[in-house]
Amino acid sequence: MNQELTEEEKDTLKHVAIKLETFEKHRGNLIPILQMVQNNLSYLPSEALKIVAQHLGILESEVYGVATFYNQFRFHPPGKYPIKVCLGTACHVRAGDIILENFERKLEIPEGQTTPDRKFSIERVACVGCCALAPVAIIDETVHGHMAPSKVEGLILRIKLQEEMEERENKQHEPGQS
Amino acid sequence: MSPDNHKNIDLKFNTIRKEAEKRRAAFRDAPVPKIHIGMATCGIASGALETKKAFEEALVENNIEARIHTVGCFGHCYAEPVVIIDHPDSGFPPIFYHEVTPGKAKMLVKLFLGDGDPRFEHIYGATEENELIPSVTDFSRFNQEKRIVMEKCGRIDPEDIYDYIAAGGYSTLVRALKLDPEEVIKEVEHSGLRGRGGAGFPTGRKWKLAKSVIEQDKIVICNADEGDPGAYMDRTILESNPHQVLEGMAICAYAVGAQQAMVYVRSEYPLAVKLVTNAIQQAEKLGILGKGILDSTFDLKIDVFQGSGAFVCGEETALIRSIEGYRGMPRHRPPYPVQKGLWDKPTVINNVKTLASVPPILNHGATWYRGIGTQNSPGTAIFSIVGNVVHAGLVEIPMGVSLRTLIFDICGGIPNNKKFKAVQIGGPSGGCLNEDFLDTPIDFDSLTKAGAMMGSGGMVVMDEDTCMVEVARYFLDFTQKESCGKCTFCRIGTYHLLKILRRLTKGEGLEGDLELLETLSQDIQTGSLCGLGKTAPNPVLTSLKYFRNEYEAHAKEKRCPALMCRALTAFYFDLELCARGCDACATCCPVDAVFTTSNRKKGVDQELCVKCGECLVACPPEYDAVRKVSPPHLVPYIEKPPEKNKKDHK
Repeated sequence: MNQELTEEEKDTLKHVAIKLETFEKHRGNLIPILQMVQNNLSYLPSEALKIVAQHLGILESEVYGVATFYNQFRFHPPGKYPIKVCLGTACHVRAGDIILENFERKLEIPEGQTTPDRKFSIERVACVGCCALAPVAIIDETVHGHMAPSKVEGLILRIKLQEEMEERENKQHEPGQS
Repeated sequence: MSPDNHKNIDLKFNTIRKEAEKRRAAFRDAPVPKIHIGMATCGIASGALETKKAFEEALVENNIEARIHTVGCFGHCYAEPVVIIDHPDSGFPPIFYHEVTPGKAKMLVKLFLGDGDPRFEHIYGATEENELIPSVTDFSRFNQEKRIVMEKCGRIDPEDIYDYIAAGGYSTLVRALKLDPEEVIKEVEHSGLRGRGGAGFPTGRKWKLAKSVIEQDKIVICNADEGDPGAYMDRTILESNPHQVLEGMAICAYAVGAQQAMVYVRSEYPLAVKLVTNAIQQAEKLGILGKGILDSTFDLKIDVFQGSGAFVCGEETALIRSIEGYRGMPRHRPPYPVQKGLWDKPTVINNVKTLASVPPILNHGATWYRGIGTQNSPGTAIFSIVGNVVHAGLVEIPMGVSLRTLIFDICGGIPNNKKFKAVQIGGPSGGCLNEDFLDTPIDFDSLTKAGAMMGSGGMVVMDEDTCMVEVARYFLDFTQKESCGKCTFCRIGTYHLLKILRRLTKGEGLEGDLELLETLSQDIQTGSLCGLGKTAPNPVLTSLKYFRNEYEAHAKEKRCPALMCRALTAFYFDLELCARGCDACATCCPVDAVFTTSNRKKGVDQELCVKCGECLVACPPEYDAVRKVSPPHLVPYIEKPPEKNKKDHK
């Protein structure tokens, strides 16, 4: 929770503060507000919780208490490529936990965290509702069904290669550099 | 409402219906082929978006004109992406194609739409009886289902209200508005409809209680907080036919006298949220919802509230707390929500399936509904059947069908020639039943008697390779995390239950653990306030009852009979069978635990192995050299793994 906000995030936070004014100061709006904040910032930094508490006129600890109760809310910034591994019943029966472990091992972070370069984050989710495709992992917004441990490395590698390619192209397009 | 009012309602609705019928006729009679693509979440996950794009591109490329009609989910998840092509000029009936990849889509456009050849090898079946192609209704997956709630799912476009109206939608609301609220409640009561959220409380009685409360502001809530891992029928209904749920809500609100309603849907279901919001807007625009519904004196405002993912919020008092902006913790009942619910107003909370059952009931009558299903559980049940089963997906069957019929006849049994071991019904609150229960009829009372429960309808089929102790641990892991922490027994009891199960699956079980599991489970059941705690030990108690030998093997012999618990199993290669020089296992191993022995066969470095089983899958079937044993000390010693391997890994 103590991560510094990036400049971009500070800007978004200002934007969020303006949006906050459109919500009535009503306790029942707390969860919709938190959802709005997370939609904008993709997580709930403590600075945001502070302004939410101020807006509703309740204690920050109250806001924090509600936010931590629900699985939807995140307190770490997600990676550029958030990885969600489904651990619903069907995925569990088909060894979803092994898939999760493989991601953790390959990226060297435990679930719930983000890699230091903020590229990848791993999250476990309880059922995304594509049980017939079990085991399932979601990277970004794409659902990858019938996962296997050997597929994990390939998926990560593909994203890394894509990134490199994009970087190279960007460099080529930058004018004035030889 | 007065007869004058009735006339107004009819007048208003008839104009809307005529428009709907006009649109439908225009679509139906257009002299071009129609392509219906299933586009619910599971379809999209299987690639329906790419398939749709491929159809669009291929139509342009081949210069063929056709209409693409996006529909919801058919419930046949194993076959996604599902496409129905209606090409009347070809002389064939509408044809159901399964697993339509972009490549297949392009081919179908060229060969079927272009040349009139339906490509028999890719056909699943025709959607209606005919002389040319076997019909899908020849399959028991189709003909043994009885679709009431899901009748229109997969047939209409969920984003188009006119599609629903042309299929007979909202006409029941019109009929209900012309009845006295009491008559509506009486009809629902007569039908014997029981709440489909799990507990099975008679819906009619709930409405009657709410009606009898004298208060101005009442609220109707549709509970779509489907938290069971492995259950997704509520999502599918909302994504495939949101209007039927809204119609049920409107009828309920009219019957109990509410002017405000809410759909509580998980935010993890973005598509369902979008489609329901869109459906409400469309209905308001046509005057079917909002102020003065269909020019009558009845107002109803429906809002969408996005739940934030807490399993306990499926419990109605917890759900109410979460809408009010607090931690979703259940409270003591009474007062029941129908007396004092959201913001202390009388609140009727019904599940999606319950509300979606209301329009068909009023449409066909209570006696018709009573004729389906069993005496005490009339109507149909929707299950999402997943796990080790051939035709996974959503199935709607009349109550009273046996588990055997459902699993083996309708869903095609267990894949890969494995044996059936157990079926887990009702999610984390349900129980695991063994094969002795296969002939149990599916209804509220029989399942509860067997120790499972109807729950919201998740059903996970498990084959012989599934360890019941591990499954129990999995469910406890879930409920323990989801316990809101209010009751001591649920908060701390489930923690200890989980701890015992964890040590059993690791082979560290202690003397008396099984007995402790039993007594602790019973204590949690008695010491908890809400359904979560009361039912959390169910998976443990039922598996302990029906699979006690497995627990004993874990506790005493440190052995996992199903070879699933990773701490209790090990892999090795049968050197007699292992081929010289084949590297399939070594290349796929994610941790480089496979090494080559001095005579160029393979061995497993047990210290590195994470037991993921990839080598087992990778080993070519003609060698089939990978063996899995439990307990791990049964692995034969092959030779010392090379030191280099370990250094590399560090």
